[in-house]
Amino acid sequence: MARYLAHRVGQAILVVWLAYTLVFLAVQLLPSDPVTIFLTADSAVDQAAIDTMKSQYGYDQPLLVQYLNQLVGVLSGNFGYSLASGQSVLDRISGVAGSTVALAGSAFIVAGLMAVIVVAAATLTRSAILRRVLVNLPPLLAAVPVFWLGLVLLDLLSIRWGVMSLFPDGSVLSLAIPVLVLAAVVSAPLAQVLLKSMNQVYDQPFIDVLRAKGASRSWIFFRHALKNAAGPALTVMGITVGTLFAGSVITETVFARSGLGSVVLTAVTTQDVPLVQGLVLLTASVFVVVNLVVDLLYPLLDPRILKSNGQGAPRALTA
Amino acid sequence: MSTTHDFPAGAPVRDGAGQPAAVAPASPSGRRRLRNPSLWLTALPLAVIAAWAIVPEWFTAYSPFDGVPSENFRAPDAHHLFGTDHLGRDVFTRVVFGTRQTLLTAGLAVVIGLVAGTIIGLIAATAGRVADSAAMRLVDVLLAVPGFLISLVIVTAFSPGPISLGIGIGIASVASFARVVRSEVLRVRNLDFVEASFLNGGTYRSVVVRHILPNASGPVLALLAVDLGAAILAISGLGFLGFGAPPPTPEWGLLIAEGRQYLGTAWWLTTLPGVVIVLTVVLLAALGRQLLKTFRI
Amino acid sequence: MNTSEPATHPERDPLLVIEGLEIVYGHGPTATTAVNDADLTIRRGEIVAVVGESGSGKSTLVKSIIGLLPAAARRTAGSVMLGDTNLTDASERDLERLRGVRISLVPQDPGASLDPVKTIGSQVAEVFRLHPDGPRRSRAEVRADVVRLLTLVGIDRPEERLKQYPHELSGGLKQRVLIAIAFSLQPDLLIADEPTSALDVTVQARILDIFERLAREFGTAVIFVTHDLAVATDHAVRIVVMHRGRIVEDRPVGDILAAPEQDYTVRLLREASPHRLPAEPRPGLELDRTSATPAIEVTGLTRDFSRAGEVHRAVDDVSFSIAAGTTFALVGESGSGKSTTARLILRLLDPGAGQIRVHGDDVTTATRRQKRELWRNLQLVYQNPDSALDPRLPIRDIVGEPLLNYRIGSRAERARRVGELFEQVDLAPGFASKRPHELSGGQRQRVAIARALALGARTLVLDEALSALDVLTQAQILDLLRSLQDSLGLTYLFISHDLHVVERISTTVGVMRQGKLLETGATAQVFGSPATEYTQLLLAANPGHRLRQQTPLSSRLHALSAT
Repeated sequence: MARYLAHRVGQAILVVWLAYTLVFLAVQLLPSDPVTIFLTADSAVDQAAIDTMKSQYGYDQPLLVQYLNQLVGVLSGNFGYSLASGQSVLDRISGVAGSTVALAGSAFIVAGLMAVIVVAAATLTRSAILRRVLVNLPPLLAAVPVFWLGLVLLDLLSIRWGVMSLFPDGSVLSLAIPVLVLAAVVSAPLAQVLLKSMNQVYDQPFIDVLRAKGASRSWIFFRHALKNAAGPALTVMGITVGTLFAGSVITETVFARSGLGSVVLTAVTTQDVPLVQGLVLLTASVFVVVNLVVDLLYPLLDPRILKSNGQGAPRALTA
Repeated sequence: MSTTHDFPAGAPVRDGAGQPAAVAPASPSGRRRLRNPSLWLTALPLAVIAAWAIVPEWFTAYSPFDGVPSENFRAPDAHHLFGTDHLGRDVFTRVVFGTRQTLLTAGLAVVIGLVAGTIIGLIAATAGRVADSAAMRLVDVLLAVPGFLISLVIVTAFSPGPISLGIGIGIASVASFARVVRSEVLRVRNLDFVEASFLNGGTYRSVVVRHILPNASGPVLALLAVDLGAAILAISGLGFLGFGAPPPTPEWGLLIAEGRQYLGTAWWLTTLPGVVIVLTVVLLAALGRQLLKTFRI
Repeated sequence: MNTSEPATHPERDPLLVIEGLEIVYGHGPTATTAVNDADLTIRRGEIVAVVGESGSGKSTLVKSIIGLLPAAARRTAGSVMLGDTNLTDASERDLERLRGVRISLVPQDPGASLDPVKTIGSQVAEVFRLHPDGPRRSRAEVRADVVRLLTLVGIDRPEERLKQYPHELSGGLKQRVLIAIAFSLQPDLLIADEPTSALDVTVQARILDIFERLAREFGTAVIFVTHDLAVATDHAVRIVVMHRGRIVEDRPVGDILAAPEQDYTVRLLREASPHRLPAEPRPGLELDRTSATPAIEVTGLTRDFSRAGEVHRAVDDVSFSIAAGTTFALVGESGSGKSTTARLILRLLDPGAGQIRVHGDDVTTATRRQKRELWRNLQLVYQNPDSALDPRLPIRDIVGEPLLNYRIGSRAERARRVGELFEQVDLAPGFASKRPHELSGGQRQRVAIARALALGARTLVLDEALSALDVLTQAQILDLLRSLQDSLGLTYLFISHDLHVVERISTTVGVMRQGKLLETGATAQVFGSPATEYTQLLLAANPGHRLRQQTPLSSRLHALSAT
């Protein structure tokens, strides 16, 4: 267990560092430095102003110094400074992140529940028609653009039926609908993976043995199959963090909620490279942490994980 | 379930040397597999959508850019299947003409993902342990940064537009291609017939070309279809935010964004282009499933 | 399973009565009848074996009793009565109450038959939680019951096992756990579907003993399905023979052994009965053997594998030699190192120490190029013909691939050679354009043999090459191998766990255990007077004791087979 833990944590740190390095390198590949890009976005600016700002932000330093300075900064929790406002990236974000985290977090949980409910109903129902419908629901939802679903619901609920305001007003519906829209779209891949691994579990002989013991269908599903099938879905849930981020930004835009979405959009439209860079690193870190948690949960679901190191029949490929 | 052991009944008792193998209900093979009707049922409408991209003018009599201002905000009817917008332009025409932009961008993304992903996956699966872990860490990093953000970074650094968008989404899809190619190649190369081919004098190249790649291609082909759908979704999302093709170019996401201002007056402006997106992506996903069924061994 | 008892108990009540049962897979024109008009009666405490080849419908028949047919199967006629309960009419809920209590199941593959993510203890205790009859029992009482059950099936350190997961147990232990589960509520009827076919022969013997003991102790009637007539005759009181979905014979073991009625049963018995090769190989090969260098000569072969930091010696100082034109069989249980030895000789693995000579050439440190030369003369036939042939290629290309790889002959010449090979392995030319999945298992193995012979290999390594096949198909492939040996002077290195097959093909035999070669010698000598305790154990565990006792019959069967 200790080995597994150390291995996973080490891997997570490596990935964050690699992500940082790659983003740094990508910034160097830009046609010119971030300051020049930022200042020349709208109008011509004189070279002196550019130079002043460059030295302010440290872009006049040698590359290696920049790399190490920024790395030290990141390690101490400083993700750089926005060119537009001069605020630190963290400050810029922390003011609005709460609302996004609430949206994304609740959507994440609701999505997980939705996936389990759909799969449970599809597996346990005796009606062939219902099963067909439920099985085809996730692939359909996976094809729905999140902004379109939001707009259609807005059209129906606010404009047609008038049960919800167009802008967030703190009512239950205006809080719940964005979460549900985001959760529905995020739950689709989860449900698909869960259904697939559920089918594989049901193909295994131990299900027959359980039936032969006299277990009912729901007993088998909830006490055995779900735990067996959860692994791949958990992995996908970890990877979903990226989709969740994109979905949050779009959902916030559609429902006119404040949050990270507006920061991201301004950063991109004003070509504020350090701010975008900071956002990328931050999301990558969140992603890595969530996936580390997933990796650490995995052995609880499946005790075989800890033992699978270096298994496999001895077979060399002669090539 | 051990049904395989007892099914079908009436398997041969004599292993008939020279006796025709009229036993197992022949699961279709080779070209015969392509005669699967469900495959064509999904492929055909997709072919129509592809035709929209190539020869949009065959499908509509209206212009995508010039409208008849007096006929604006017409609800869908026989003349205007999807209604008209605020400038009196036919929305169906704009959807049809928008296909090219959307598909080209998505195609660019998928090609980048396929080519880079296949190379990384093949290297990971065949070039030894060090190459494998290096390639897989790279994939981890690509996974860790949401594709949406990769696209945004590229759009920030260069300028908004379909090429930046395609490259960004393409880079984001490299990870999934690399993973599928790697796992498929690993699966196939551990099958006995691959080793048997080496035993029968096969060289690395002949084995990869004759046995590994053809047998690993099914899931990759399936991913290709699914990923094209995912790219279309991502493009329309970014187009909706205004990072894609600039107006008045018709593009699916942009169409919906434009319609958003008239949500109260003209529901069809947002709803119907969205239905086309959903249909296209659903069909692509279904095609992916069919391809997997058809080509996976 | 009690061979000393009189065959049947007519005085006892019938427990299970199956009448006119018909089970069909699929619908419409593709529907196949798996079980056809089956009548079967099982009495209380009776042990009945259902034998037949794969596809005979034996598994389908017994699974229908407990209501575990796959979704594609339907009962179209007939009835199944357990005592007064009509199982065919019972609701799902009624069946759930019956299962585990009156009827239980021991499955085929212990490896995948326990929930991998639950502890052993919870899976045994689950039966009590599913059927909480009588007074409520405390956690400690249930636990004590579970320990008692585990002890009953001979599991050592049961207290420790409670917290273990299935992957921490060997196959034999898992099957014991499953038997404990099946017997936990002392059912009237136990259904065992090939309960030991996935296990090593010594484990199989011990498991079957436990089975027999518990069935007698609890008065449980047992129906067990097996493809192995030797196992059936050793352990059942009555044998039911199925063939193409029909019950063709249903009689006490003694009667079936003494006077089989059906041709089919006679053939099955013939293949299951021991017939040993004469100690001396066939005379025609004598000259060849003495003059030639050994086909394979191995000295001090050793190979280690390290797994999670631990070094495990898979092959330990193995030495033997195989005279050209003879068959050497390496026998042993799974994990004994026999397959690794074969792979080392083929140079698919690098040896750690020792020397390998093939046809006189030292190939211990062969380079890539030298290996390619080696494989022209030394070829491998795999256990599983399904995975050994590329599913996308027509048979013609599979058999011709070696010729193509070595750039031998023109296109026309290669086609001619492929035709020749087809003839040698008795495959109709019509198969040339078919793909592997259109062939039966035996036909596929013929294709694999043809491919191995394409370059004119003189020695074949047959790695469990018959294990995936039915008994009668095995016999045909054995015949083919023998006739190829006679006509081409081939040498075989035959890897097998099946002593039955080994004693029918090998000239000499080597017994392996835990990486070591325990003894070698002429087959008749090793099998007749084994030198080591382990070999004796292996032979004792080998099923078919009753068949061996019936010597007059066996000779009669031989006479029959000669005609």
